[in-house]
Amino acid sequence: MNELFSPKNMKLLTNPINDDNPITVQVLGICSALAITVKLEPAVVMTISVMAVLAIGNVVIAALRNTIPNRIRIIVQLVVIATLVILVDQILKAFLYDVSKQLSVFVGLIITNCIIMGRFEAFAMGNKPWPAFLDGVGNSAGYGIILIIVAFFRELLGSGTIWYYPVMEKIGIYKTGYVDNGLMILPPMALIVVGIIIWVQRGRNTKLIESN
Amino acid sequence: MENLINIFVKSIFIDNMVFAYFLGMCSYLAVSKTVQTSFGLGIAVIFVLGITVPVNYLIENYLLKEGALTWLSPTFVDVDLGFLSFIMFIAVIASMVQLVEMVIEKFAPALYVSLGIFLPLIAVNCAILGGALFMQEREYTSIAEATSFALGSGIGWFLAIVGIAAIREKIRYSNVPAPLRGLGITFIITGLMGIAFMSFMGINL
Repeated sequence: MNELFSPKNMKLLTNPINDDNPITVQVLGICSALAITVKLEPAVVMTISVMAVLAIGNVVIAALRNTIPNRIRIIVQLVVIATLVILVDQILKAFLYDVSKQLSVFVGLIITNCIIMGRFEAFAMGNKPWPAFLDGVGNSAGYGIILIIVAFFRELLGSGTIWYYPVMEKIGIYKTGYVDNGLMILPPMALIVVGIIIWVQRGRNTKLIESN
Repeated sequence: MENLINIFVKSIFIDNMVFAYFLGMCSYLAVSKTVQTSFGLGIAVIFVLGITVPVNYLIENYLLKEGALTWLSPTFVDVDLGFLSFIMFIAVIASMVQLVEMVIEKFAPALYVSLGIFLPLIAVNCAILGGALFMQEREYTSIAEATSFALGSGIGWFLAIVGIAAIREKIRYSNVPAPLRGLGITFIITGLMGIAFMSFMGINL
């Protein structure tokens, strides 16, 4: 038990959340991260989907790593991902139909989400299943945190709600003349919010600053 | 014809792949350091989109859709292979990219050298799979519509990446706050470009 949660393994889990964040540091998986952050609910569902695909896929690839011929590894990886994504898509359609409609093509786009291919290539191909599982969970958590922060601000400032609960109306701010910022709902604001998150993160964590 | 032009212009400006749907952002951010390389990648994306979307359109409509197999036998009217679409699309894209690469290498070596490293990268560019999935979702009625959508989206992506690369080349001479350098400022500029592109919204031809 101690061996399973050794400090080295725990680092796999915690590193991607800040120092090695897939979105703000490794620049992976941005495509899907931005389009579904208008509301909190789809962002959380997306995070869970990516976590399921990445953790299970990492374990599968790590278990098969010695039997996959190097030349055709990309196509093997794509098949593993596509199978898992089809499962996720069918489950969402069966149990969370509304959210599945909101996510539209972005569930399918998990296939080409660079985080998944990137982690398969960089980690799962060279490590045992258990560290690969932790790496998968850690990286998708790092991805999910950014998604949820962005969605929180966009939903709060854009529609005045948090998880469909009308916070702004309850605290009576509309009476003072406050108006929801319609710009926050539009796609470009997601990019600007992520830019600000990067700014804050690198301001606090100066070793991440890029040279000009 | 009017309809085709409408779809074409709409997919360049209003439903721009980058600014409205954030597709292909990974390569958009990674390759946009100089105009020259982003030009090559942009052309390659137009090319691959223009080929894979029509092929996927045929597969969707003659193999996967509910009732699509009736051309084989009327008894297949209830067969719905829609759940296979992801794996089919990605397989088509990966193999088409490979095929296109071989054809270009054989017949246009100069183009091959300039596109060379970008072509294999494109197989995992979300803009390509996104094109196929949007084609499926929007239910275009003919292959001509699907093709003009594909070319329009490709050109929209091309414009976006060349634009950001030109801006990034200039921004190297500006004094950007240290934590924003590189990635941060690129995000914010893309956001501002997106807002500018939103002014095309509502245009109907």
